[in-house]
Amino acid sequence: MRRRADSARRSDAFFLFCVYAAAAFFVVIVAALFVMLTKGSWLSLQTFGLKFLWTSEWNPVNNTFGALPLIFGTVVSSLIAIVLAGLVGILAATFLADFAPRWMARPLSFTIELLAAVPSVVYGLWGLFVLAPLIRSYIGPALQKTLGFLPLFQGPIYGVGLLTAGIILAIMILPTVTAISRDVIAAIPEDQREAGMSLGATKWETIRSVVLPAARTGIFGALILALGRAVGETIAVTMVIGNRPVISASLFAPSYTLASVIANEFTEATSDLYLSALIELGLLLFVVSFLINAMARLMMWTVFRDK
Amino acid sequence: MLVWVLAPALRLHVIKEVFVKTSLLQRVALGALIAALTAPAVAGTQLTGAGSTFVYPFFSKAFYQYSAKNPDVTVNYQSIGSGGGIAQFTQKTVDFGASDVPMSSDELKRAGDPVIQIPDTLGGVAITYNLPGVPNGLRLTRKLVADIFLGNVTNWNDAQISRLNKGVKLPNLPIIAVHRSDGSGTTYIFTDFLSKVSPDWKSKVGTGKSVSWPAASSVGGKGSEGLAGQVANAAGSIGYVELSYALQNHLNTAALQNAAGKFVSCSVGNVAAAAASKPNISATDFSIVNQPGANSYPIAGYSWVMLYQHGSDRAKSKVLHDLFAWLVSQPAQSMAGALDYVPLPSSVQKTAQATLKTMTF
Repeated sequence: MRRRADSARRSDAFFLFCVYAAAAFFVVIVAALFVMLTKGSWLSLQTFGLKFLWTSEWNPVNNTFGALPLIFGTVVSSLIAIVLAGLVGILAATFLADFAPRWMARPLSFTIELLAAVPSVVYGLWGLFVLAPLIRSYIGPALQKTLGFLPLFQGPIYGVGLLTAGIILAIMILPTVTAISRDVIAAIPEDQREAGMSLGATKWETIRSVVLPAARTGIFGALILALGRAVGETIAVTMVIGNRPVISASLFAPSYTLASVIANEFTEATSDLYLSALIELGLLLFVVSFLINAMARLMMWTVFRDK
Repeated sequence: MLVWVLAPALRLHVIKEVFVKTSLLQRVALGALIAALTAPAVAGTQLTGAGSTFVYPFFSKAFYQYSAKNPDVTVNYQSIGSGGGIAQFTQKTVDFGASDVPMSSDELKRAGDPVIQIPDTLGGVAITYNLPGVPNGLRLTRKLVADIFLGNVTNWNDAQISRLNKGVKLPNLPIIAVHRSDGSGTTYIFTDFLSKVSPDWKSKVGTGKSVSWPAASSVGGKGSEGLAGQVANAAGSIGYVELSYALQNHLNTAALQNAAGKFVSCSVGNVAAAAASKPNISATDFSIVNQPGANSYPIAGYSWVMLYQHGSDRAKSKVLHDLFAWLVSQPAQSMAGALDYVPLPSSVQKTAQATLKTMTF
């Protein structure tokens, strides 16, 4: 008996060690990333200081670097993506969990998850050769005709630009939003739905006031995870965003993201300051992701605290 | 699977992109791969190099042929971009580097040991455009190209353009100036040209592999394929691509007025004429844009190989010397011609050979 207890205690300690080590692994990786990025961008941090954050000139020829348009492009393209993917994803998840008959739900889920397996360069090519011409010839003009009074839809339409990048990103993060939301919604106990129905609520009312509120934290988590992917996506965005560091009110205008600049310019950057500025963009991307995550958590906490 | 069934357009484009457009490169790469897999493991000299993507198709084919003739030499070339090539060469993790622009004096200082730089091939930069109803060979002056990319000329019906193109119906379309968004030797040669022909460009923008594009209608495409895709998508677009890319993809290209006042198309012959008009080039005086001569195409440039003059491994230095002495000789250069590169003029071949002779081993 004694020996059995000893070995049990030992294996327990070993298991505990593994659990702690696995958790510590993430902390170490994140810390190491932060240290390396800071070290690499030191020259740029010293040269430009905080000015790096709110100046708009990105000029490798005379070594002047400012990241404001890149931060703008990253945040706006990701926001477009999360709004579009959130709408479609949550609706699709509701359908899969509550409406679709079993013979339909399975293949449909499979199809949606398949989207996640498509390499991002394929999305980029599709965006450049199919979506961009569609936006230039049909979607853009239609939006301009109906909503053209908004500054968002004014100005020349190039095909590539913020809107195109946002749509491509939305398609790319849709599987994450849908798959997780579907699992969360499906996990809501059936008796809660039945309770709603028995009070005389229609199917829509039940979903709106019983199912979705119960699933909101999980759905929110899905959106945050998807947003993380959108912020850091590189190749597909680079191919369709137009790669111009400007801030424009129009969604049709070209833009540029932090990740795209790094992908475009890192291989041919030779001066020390230039390289350092590019690494600082990496650091910024890290900080932007961190802030988005923190803000989302804060929002979740304040909005849902007393419900 | 449904994605593939539902989107034949997607499938078509992917297939086109992956299999048709890059077929040349793929064939070369596949050949090299098969050769590498089937070759018996010989204990010979292994050379590694890194750098320019522009020369990659030429290098793969040339090194493959060289290894076929000299089975004890294998060359592994990584096309990671000129900047990366210079960095690896400086850190001595590769035996040679390749760059679309020779190393600057600052970069040479960082390398420490003496470096020799020789031209390996050259290329032209073609101006391509998408104008419905306008055929190949639109005429443009050097100043107009600069004004378009500066954003001073903004519509295709501008009188300055129509005056040059009598009999061509130019549409009333805003001009979209498309550039390469990735740092690239092609951009360097193009902006070198613009700086030489336009004082405005020189003072406002300058020369570089990535620059701050001034035109209000500018859009950036990643890689030659991204740029060409953007031009093909949007009527009214104008952009610049390597000559070989323009030829292989049958793009419309403009005829430019050269320093002699003649309108010349971007062709292998006209780029060769530009190179031949400047027989003495060196790593510090290498620009061949805006050259005199009736046939000289005005936007062209060399690609370069970097080697250490006094390598620590003497046997390896000898092998490197022999390899590159062959690469800049006529047989290898005519092979470059078959791949739509422009062969080095014979005077430049001689200079390169003389520079290689200064290596010690």
